Amino acid sequence: MRLLINKIVLFLSTLAAVLGLIFLFWILITLTIKGVSALSIHLFTNDLVNNGLRNLFIGQFILALIAVILGVPIGMAAGIYLQEYSFNNKFASFIRNLSDVMMSAPSIVIGTFVYAIVVNPVGHMNGWAGAIALAILMLPIVVRTTDDMLGLVPKELREAGVAIGAPKYKVIFNIIIKAAKVGIMTGLLLAFARIIGETAPLLFTSGNSQYFTLNLNQEFPSLTVAIYTLATMPDKHLVEIAWAGAFILTVFVLIINLLGRYITKEKK
Amino acid sequence: MNKVMDIKNFYFTYAKAPKPSLKNINLPIYENKVTALIGPSGCGKSTLLRSLNRIHDLYPGNKYEGEVLLKDLKTEEMENILEYKKENELINLRQRVGMIFQKPTPFPMSIYDNISYGLKLMGKKNKSELEDKVEEALKDAALWEEVKDRLKDDARGLSGGQQQRLCIARAIAVEPEVLLMDEPTSALDPISTIAIEELVAKLKDRVTIAIVTHNMQQASRISDYTAFMYLGELIEYGSTEQIFLNPKEKRTADYIAGKFG
Amino acid sequence: MEAIFKKLSALSATTILLILSAIFVVLFIYAKPAVQKYGIHFLVDPRWDVSVSLNKNSANNTPNTVNKNMSDNNLNSAPIGENDADVLAALGETNTQSSNNTETIYGGLVPIVGTILSTILAMFFAVPIAMGISIFLAEIAGPKLSKPVGIAIELLAAIPSIIYGMWGLFYFGPFVSHLFGGSSVSLLVAGLVLGIMIIPFMSSLTRDSMNTTPEVLKESAYAMGATKFEVIKDVIFPYAKQGIIGSMILALGRALGETMAVAFVIGGVFTFPKKIIDPTVSIPVVLANNFAESSGISLSALFYLALILFVLSFIVISFAKFYFLRNKK
Repeated sequence: MRLLINKIVLFLSTLAAVLGLIFLFWILITLTIKGVSALSIHLFTNDLVNNGLRNLFIGQFILALIAVILGVPIGMAAGIYLQEYSFNNKFASFIRNLSDVMMSAPSIVIGTFVYAIVVNPVGHMNGWAGAIALAILMLPIVVRTTDDMLGLVPKELREAGVAIGAPKYKVIFNIIIKAAKVGIMTGLLLAFARIIGETAPLLFTSGNSQYFTLNLNQEFPSLTVAIYTLATMPDKHLVEIAWAGAFILTVFVLIINLLGRYITKEKK
Repeated sequence: MNKVMDIKNFYFTYAKAPKPSLKNINLPIYENKVTALIGPSGCGKSTLLRSLNRIHDLYPGNKYEGEVLLKDLKTEEMENILEYKKENELINLRQRVGMIFQKPTPFPMSIYDNISYGLKLMGKKNKSELEDKVEEALKDAALWEEVKDRLKDDARGLSGGQQQRLCIARAIAVEPEVLLMDEPTSALDPISTIAIEELVAKLKDRVTIAIVTHNMQQASRISDYTAFMYLGELIEYGSTEQIFLNPKEKRTADYIAGKFG
Repeated sequence: MEAIFKKLSALSATTILLILSAIFVVLFIYAKPAVQKYGIHFLVDPRWDVSVSLNKNSANNTPNTVNKNMSDNNLNSAPIGENDADVLAALGETNTQSSNNTETIYGGLVPIVGTILSTILAMFFAVPIAMGISIFLAEIAGPKLSKPVGIAIELLAAIPSIIYGMWGLFYFGPFVSHLFGGSSVSLLVAGLVLGIMIIPFMSSLTRDSMNTTPEVLKESAYAMGATKFEVIKDVIFPYAKQGIIGSMILALGRALGETMAVAFVIGGVFTFPKKIIDPTVSIPVVLANNFAESSGISLSALFYLALILFVLSFIVISFAKFYFLRNKK
């Protein structure tokens, strides 16, 4: 009887696992089939206005890159504070928890917030707003990564640095961050992968543009927003373009993730 | 004197290992005696102990060769436990051959539930019978007085020494024929260690004990027979007195004299 | 220099607090006109963008209008005057109260219910499967299988949610409507797609918690003659309980605030789903679809919804953090 229950439960678990994996691979397979069949050079050399994706790739990349430039210094500094300066006081553990909560805040709410503080005062959607929204999304991830990775650096290294007579900030920059470099880089890569696939916070902050532009004061081209719009169009061809975009986005995100894993593995 | 277990020409190879970790082990385990396995770390004493209830089967690819015989209490016949294939045979084996680990392993449940766990697995449901058995096991493990007022508390709240006695109580509650102890005091303080050693001496009337220990004084204090192992082989086996006072092998003598370890 | 850097880093840490409070305050300021106009009644009012007459005599103006609700609204609707004038002006107020005694009512009940129902559905679907996957990865599969499958699951958790939404729209939705009838966009499809989206996230977190169970504890249960299922049920689950529940709540928080996986497949209509296969709408989807074109009181109502969503997910996540995942540090 006990053995029977055991068998049944293990079988059901395996079945659930198989079922889950079927769904997940179903997604990947359709994405690949639809995406690859819609791929063409044309997509990479033309902008959305000519049924291409070029401006969207570049736009999405720039938005994420600016978000990195805005979010990473603040996030890293905050992580450094939590791990190196706070001595784990009450304030630090409060911020730590708050940052984790912020990490799970709905991304669309971040979008509405940025709309209120940037888009509405300016009067129209613009690239900066999108980048700021992504930066806010990224911030808690960077904080968490920096905090965790610095925490792994042995205490002796800090003590040795201070014992040589270096001021603490130099110890942090020259020794501790170097020691944690690989981990932090991996974390930043994963954070980048996370925000580059975001749609919701861009919908009404940077919006989308059919044309190639580098002017962040205007509506800015975004691959994800374009996928959302194109996929719901009645025109079959536009839907195919959306699939191609979705495929390339996914491949890009997965490559960054694999790269992150690879770097961590190399280190070990 | 009756053998309750008998290990014959036993080889053990870990998964993916090129050669066996245990080579040609021949060792009897006598009923109601304490048999100590000693030897430097890595000599295979824990590996041997863990073969006796086939806990190695939890990890795929491990290989046993030879015979490990266990006496069936009813029929008095020796059965080769290495031939067990079905899961219920293994479960049955593990109920007959209990095990205590290096670190105390209280399950994440109350003290009472920890002790009654094995009994429940065996299908005992009668509440008053369970209560009696739990009390008896805790008394046998010399823990009853300390925990009788907080049986419903989480077992992880006990001290390390108490946790280890709890694990012993949990193991003997199912009345095993053999109890395997893998360095049961290595994580404990001296006072708790003495309590466990006294317990071992007391329990051997009821259960046969095989104990792995790093501590030679401990082996000489509590065991009746001692086996010295080195590099996966059984170097010498005999009565504890003989091994400690009059070892035949030079390596045994050197080890006991503390020349290597 | 040292002092400056220390101050700077402390300031950066404070930024987290500042941004979170700012989100709350800003959302509240923008939601204020709607909060004042509809009050707490917003939470239980199923009407969205419905014109009602202010004149009690013509109460049956629209089929959705209920007499009692209307008089409540009359009481609350008066003061969109002086104090909010600037906010409304900032929102580009286009005078929702047209001259002929009608006004447009916004109530959040439908998207609130839609959000909660789709999340519950997602959890019902995802929890058993995610538990199965994590049990499979942690205890059933050997290392040869569990490692690549585990990595695959983690990678799937990294796929942008818009992909799940698209797949739901074109493949899974039609599949579900074929099986259960109804439209290919519905509460059911939305819940299931949401569930599938959170499965990888939930199962990798749950597997990680299960893997924290010390090997020797499991061995010791096996040594008592326990079966694998008994070890999982009596040792691993109790041991990893906090982490497992915490990961479920984190996944729930994710489902609650998810936009793109749902936007494609929920239908986006402001009606209660009478059956599970009917379309409806959720808060993030309302925001995604209507935000760009809204102004005045309707925009304010959207901010009200955003505020509700924010507070809801804040509570859920804080709950998970403080009760279940606190011993991490």
